[in-house]
Amino acid sequence: MSLLRQRATDLLALLHSGQITSVELTRAFLNQIKLHDPRVKAFLRVDHERALARAADIDKRRREGKSVGRLAGLPVAIKDLLCTEGETTTCGSRMLEYFKPPYDATVIAKLKAADAVLIGKTNMDEFAMGGSTENSAFQKTANPWDLSRIPGGSSGGAAACVAAGMAPLSVGSDTGGSIRQPAGLCGVTGLKPTYGRVSRFGLVAFASSLDQIGPLARTAEDTALLLEVLAGHDPLDSTSIDMPVPNYSQTVKQPLANLRLGLVREHFGEGLDGEVETAVREAVKVYEALGATIKWVSLEHGKFGVATYYIIAPCEASSNLARYDGVHYGHRTDEKKMIAALAAERQSLESAGRRAEADALDNPLVRMYRQSRAEGFGAEVKRRIMLGTYALSAGYYDAYYLKALKVRRLIRMDYDAAFDEVDLIAGPVTTTTAFKLGEKVDDPLSMYLVDLYTVSANLAGIGGIAFPCGFSSAGLPIGLQLQGPPFAEERLLQAAHMFQQATDWHLRFPEMVSNP
Amino acid sequence: MTQPHTVIIGLEVHVQLLTRTKLFCRCSTKFGAAPNTQTCPVCIGMPGTLPVMNREAFQLGLKTALALNCQIASHTKWDRKQYYYPDLPKGYQISQYDLPFSHDGYLEISDPKGRFETKRVGIIRAHLEEDAGKSMHDELAGQADSRIDLNRAGTPLLEIVSQPDMRSPLEAKAYLSEMKLLLTYLGVSDCNMQEGSLRVDANINLHVDTPQGKVATPIVEVKNMNSFRAVERAMEYEAARQYEVWQETHQRLGDVPKQTRGWDDVANITRGQRHKEESSDYRYFPDPDLVPVRVSQAEIDASRNSLGELPADLRHRLERTYAIKPYDSDVIVSAGRALVDYYVELAELCGDGKLASNWVQQDVMRTLNEQKIEVEKFPLSPRQLCELLKAIQDGQINTSRAREVFIEMVALGRSAAEVMTARGIEKVDESELVALCKELIDANPKIVADIRSGKQQAAGNLIGQAKKKNPNVNPGRLREIVIDLVGKM
Amino acid sequence: MSLTREQVEKVSLLARLKLTSDELDLMTAQMGQIVAYVETLAQLDTEAVEPMAHALDVSNVFAEDRLRPSLDRKAALANAPHSDGEFYLVPAVLGE
Ligand SMILES: [Mg+2]
Ligand SMILES: [Zn+2]
Repeated sequence: MSLLRQRATDLLALLHSGQITSVELTRAFLNQIKLHDPRVKAFLRVDHERALARAADIDKRRREGKSVGRLAGLPVAIKDLLCTEGETTTCGSRMLEYFKPPYDATVIAKLKAADAVLIGKTNMDEFAMGGSTENSAFQKTANPWDLSRIPGGSSGGAAACVAAGMAPLSVGSDTGGSIRQPAGLCGVTGLKPTYGRVSRFGLVAFASSLDQIGPLARTAEDTALLLEVLAGHDPLDSTSIDMPVPNYSQTVKQPLANLRLGLVREHFGEGLDGEVETAVREAVKVYEALGATIKWVSLEHGKFGVATYYIIAPCEASSNLARYDGVHYGHRTDEKKMIAALAAERQSLESAGRRAEADALDNPLVRMYRQSRAEGFGAEVKRRIMLGTYALSAGYYDAYYLKALKVRRLIRMDYDAAFDEVDLIAGPVTTTTAFKLGEKVDDPLSMYLVDLYTVSANLAGIGGIAFPCGFSSAGLPIGLQLQGPPFAEERLLQAAHMFQQATDWHLRFPEMVSNP
Repeated sequence: MTQPHTVIIGLEVHVQLLTRTKLFCRCSTKFGAAPNTQTCPVCIGMPGTLPVMNREAFQLGLKTALALNCQIASHTKWDRKQYYYPDLPKGYQISQYDLPFSHDGYLEISDPKGRFETKRVGIIRAHLEEDAGKSMHDELAGQADSRIDLNRAGTPLLEIVSQPDMRSPLEAKAYLSEMKLLLTYLGVSDCNMQEGSLRVDANINLHVDTPQGKVATPIVEVKNMNSFRAVERAMEYEAARQYEVWQETHQRLGDVPKQTRGWDDVANITRGQRHKEESSDYRYFPDPDLVPVRVSQAEIDASRNSLGELPADLRHRLERTYAIKPYDSDVIVSAGRALVDYYVELAELCGDGKLASNWVQQDVMRTLNEQKIEVEKFPLSPRQLCELLKAIQDGQINTSRAREVFIEMVALGRSAAEVMTARGIEKVDESELVALCKELIDANPKIVADIRSGKQQAAGNLIGQAKKKNPNVNPGRLREIVIDLVGKM
Repeated sequence: MSLTREQVEKVSLLARLKLTSDELDLMTAQMGQIVAYVETLAQLDTEAVEPMAHALDVSNVFAEDRLRPSLDRKAALANAPHSDGEFYLVPAVLGE
C-alpha cells in the first residue's frame, strides 16, 4: 500500500523495523507535494533540502543503533504561525513576510527533540483570523476533496496537507474552531486540547485566552501520538498547566466502557444542513452499538457563543497585534513616499484654506504606523483590530468586553453542568460541508457564524476533537465533534478511536492520493 | 489685591527595583550597557513571546508597600495599558489598573528645622509595572531619525502615587527625601535619579480663598524634573504661575482639560506639552498572558518581619535612648545605616550621646566628606575614638586640643594615648596648679590689685603666663583657683 | 446603537490604521452590522455573574530572578526595518 495512505503509527513501525528509511518516506511526501500542491496550495514554504538532510541524519543514527526520538523520521507539517528559529514565519501576513524569529516555539523545540522531520510551513488565514484560509495574504488553499471549495480555516493548510497525503502529521492552532472545523471539512482527525495543555510560547498570538495548539492527522491513534509530543508544562508560558502528560498513544487503544454521550438540543436547530444532521445521527447510532448511552443535554448559552467570541477575540487581537508597527520588525511603509504624501496632503489642505485639517494631520511617526499597518494587514485583520479597539475604547468596556467575559462564564457553567451528567458531548463540527471559494468573502458575519458549534469550547477552555463520520452526496467529508471536560484528552481520543475501529470514513482518500 | 491661597501637591514616583533581571524576561537590568545588548525576543515584544513574572520584583514591591504602611490586596492582576510609542515594543505596557497589589498607606514627613508640622502624606496606591525603552532625539537636526534602545524595556518599576497632601514645595521635597531614605534602608532601589532609577511627576494646583469660599484651580501635571531640588523649584514656579493664571482667567478645576507641563531646568520654567486627546484612551484590559497573584497573610507577615528598623523608628530611638535633638538624629539617620551603627556604638562606649553626636556629626562626618570615604573605611573605630572622648570627659584635654589630636589619630592611625604622650599632654594635678597660681600671684601684685578691684578679666593675663610655663594646665580650673586665692587675701 | 463614520475614523487613529475613504465607508457598514449582532448579549442578565478573563484557574506563577543570556545585538536588530546597527531608527518623534 502506498506510504501516503498509511497511518503515522504504522510508518513509525516500518521505520523502526528498518523496512523503510526516513529519506524514502520524506521523499514520498515531498513528491506528493510536488505533484499536487501547485493546485491544493496547502504549503507556503516546503523545506526539501533541510528535510531530507534531517531524515538522512536520523536514518544514520538509527542504523548506528543510537537512541532516536519519539517521532524519529516522521514528516510533520507546521502551521506558519509557529516560530521556527532562523526560518521565515509569516502567520499568513504581508506584515511578517520576511520575519525570521531568532527562536523556536516550545512545540517546535519539542518536535525537533522528538526527531520529527519538519517538511514545511502550511498556509492559514492571516493571523489565524478566518474560517476558510481565504484570508491568507499569499494564496488560497483548496479542499483536496473538491478544489473549487475551501478547506476550512484558519488551519486550512494544516488539514488539507493531511487529507491530500502530503504529510502524515500536522500541527495547527485553534482559537474558535481553527483545527476542528478544517479537520471536519477535509475529512481528517484534529484535536483542540484543553487551554493550558500545550505551551503557547512561540505561537504568534491571535487571542491569547483562546489560542491553543493541537495535532491533525489521519486517525485518532496518530493524533494521540503527536499530542503526546506537543503537550506538557512550559515555564515560559504562565498559562500552561503543570500536570503530567498521559501516555496518550497507549491509552487511546483502550475502549471506553459504558460511555455516557451527550447530545445538545441547541445543536440540532435550524441552520443545520440535512445531510450533516443525518451523518451525525448515524454516528451516534454507532456509539450506541458500541454500548454508549445517549443523553440529551442543554447548553442554553451556546447560541451567544459567537457574539461573545467576536467581542473577546477582537479585543485581545487588537492588543496582540499592536506590536506590528514597523519599528522593531515586520513591514514598514516606504518612508520617503510617506513623507512626500503627507507634505502633499498638507499642501492641498492649506492651499484650500483648510488650516484646521492641515494642523490635525498625523505627525510623521503616527503616519508611519498607520501606513505600515494599512499595508501590512489584510481586510479581515483590520476589521477585527477595529472592532477590538472600539470595544475597549473609553466608555464601551463594560458594555462589550466585561459583558462578554460574564457570558463566557455562563457558557463555561453550562458545560460544567452538562459534564456532571455525561462523559462527552457529541455533535456536528459545522452546519454545512465545505462551501465554495469566494462564497462568503463579502459577508463577514455569515463567515463568523461558521464557528457556531466550535467557539464555545475555546471560550470555556475545554478540549474537543473532530473526525470524519460520513460524506455528503457531493462527496464532501462530514465531521463529528466530541467535546470533553477540562483535561479529558485521553477520553476524547479513546472515543474517536472506538469510532474509527467500527467505521472506515477516516480511511477514505481524495483521488489525488492514488493507490498505485 | 492678592487672595490667600494654598498650594496642593501630589507626587507620582517611579522607582526601579533592584532585581538582577527584568520584570517579565531574564535579561539583565544593569545600567549603562551598550545599546540593544540586553534584550531578548520577550522584551523586544517579538511575535509569539510571553511574559513570566519575576518573583524577586514582586517581593521587593511587597516589602516597600508594607514599609509605606499600605494595605496588601489578597488578589491582584496585571493589565495592559495600550498606547503607541517606538520605545514600547508591544504597543502596550504591562501595568496594574483597577486591582493594584497595594493601596492606602502613608509616609510620615517632618522638618528638623520645624518649618512645617510633622504630617502623614497618604499613599493612594503602589503598583508594579514594566519600564519602556529609551528614545533619543537628535535635538540639532530636528528632522533626523529618533534612535531607540530597548535595554531598559521591561525593567521592573514600582509606581507610588501619593494623595495630594503636600502643601508646599518644601513638603514635596521632604516627602521625596524621606521616600528615598526609606527605599535605601530597605535596599529595594538605588534611587539614582541620574540613571533614572527614581523618577518624579507632580500634580499641583491651588485652593484660593474667595468671598464665595475655597476654589480649586485646574490641576497641572509637571514632568521632567531630574532632581529633588528641581522638584522644589518647579513647584515654586508653578504655584506662582498658576496664581497669575487664576487672577487673569479665574479658571476653576474642570473648566479646562488637565494640562501637562515640562520643567526646563536651565530656564527655570515649566513649558506646556501638547498632546493629542486620543492618546489618553489607554484601553486597559486584563493581560490574558499573565495569571493573578494571591498573597497569603503568612507571606505578608514574613515580608513585614524582613523589613528591619526603618528611618522614622530609628530617629525616635536615638532621640529617646541618647537624649539628642530631632535635628541631630535626622542628620545621623540620613547619613545611612552604617553611620547610625557607628554612632550607637560610640555613644554606648562613652556613655554620652550628646558628646558622641557632636563628634560624629562634626569631626567624623567632615573627615568622611573630605576623604570621600564610607564610614566602613573610616580609620578610627568607635572604641579608638571613645578613648579621646574619655580624655575630654575627665578634663585631661580640652575640645580644641582634642581636635588636633583627632586629626593626628586619623592621619597617623595612632591611638589617642600615643598622640597625647607624643605631644606631652597629661593631666596636671591640683597641688601643682595651686603652687603655680601662688607663684604667679606673688610675681604680679598689680594684676592681683586689678582683680581685687573687680576686674576679673585681668585674671586672663595670669592664665596666659601659666600656659607658657605649662601647656597642659586646664585654663578653666586655673581661673577658678586664681579667683579663689585672690579672694582669700 | 449604530456607528457613525466619524466614530470609525477616530477608532482608526486609535488603532493606528490608515483607511481610505472607501474603506471607511465599508468598515462603518460592516462594523455596524457586527456590533448590532454582538449586542444581542445585552438581553442576558449578568448582574451576579463573575467575569471570566482566564480559561483556567491558576495563580502565582513566577520565575526566579536568574540571569539568562540576551540576544547579541546583531540578532536583535536582524528583523528591524531600519537600524544603524546600534539602534532601531524611526522618523523623528515630534511633540516631545
Ligand atoms: Mg506608570
Ligand atoms: Zn529580555
